[in-house]
Amino acid sequence: MKVLQVVEQAFRTLVEEQDDTILWLTQSMHGAGAELRVLLAGHCAYYAVQKQRQPGLSLGNWQQSEPADLIRDLDSMLQKGIPIYVIKEELEERGLADLAIHPGVSVIRRADLIDLYEQVDQIWQW
Amino acid sequence: MKDIKTLTFAFMDPPFENERTVTFFRILDAALDRGAHVRVFAYEGAAALAFSQQQAHGNSIHGRDAKHESHPLTKDWIAALQEKAHEKSLQFDWVNCGLCADERGVNDSIKGCRRGSPADLWRYASESFNTLIIGTR
Repeated sequence: MKVLQVVEQAFRTLVEEQDDTILWLTQSMHGAGAELRVLLAGHCAYYAVQKQRQPGLSLGNWQQSEPADLIRDLDSMLQKGIPIYVIKEELEERGLADLAIHPGVSVIRRADLIDLYEQVDQIWQW
Repeated sequence: MKDIKTLTFAFMDPPFENERTVTFFRILDAALDRGAHVRVFAYEGAAALAFSQQQAHGNSIHGRDAKHESHPLTKDWIAALQEKAHEKSLQFDWVNCGLCADERGVNDSIKGCRRGSPADLWRYASESFNTLIIGTR
């Protein structure tokens, strides 16, 4: 079975979990044999152009030492053979279209979503 | 012989935060009504839904003590669905993301709800007729 993970809730619990929980879930299920693809949808389009690791949170004397590193996570998924897609129009709508895309992430047009959806058995909208 | 379908659900919301939680439970109830086996993967905040130490409280504004207020608890809803499934000879499996339960201190789940991992979601989904993902917002 092939599943497309549609990740659209950008930065959800990124500080507390020190990752995007659906990207984490994707990697974990891949390790269990899952055949997955990832679509960075909506505000998650920003993940595809992000250039810096999250800054660590500081509260009083408490300092976060291992903040989320989405760049590492995208690289990790790509190295594992998990395809990652982002929609061109969603980059344009957010003024991100002129920025360099993370190497290996595929930019598709919104009209291409139909083909992407038809390539999988299930679509999981997170 | 009747073909019994199995449905998998992944849910992320915690108790007492929004109406998605109630809707989720109503969908589970309806799935059992329609004669489907149900499997749930409780991810992130949803790992607290089955926490056994949830406690009903009274409500002075309502003028009722704990007994008469009969405050809803999601652990009781899960138990009710477990019982309903049993009565209908259906399966009702519930697995919590173990790491999600750890970080929230909600590992003490009611009977019938167990600790697991994302591998369980993949196994559930692979073996099911279909899967519904209900992410948090």
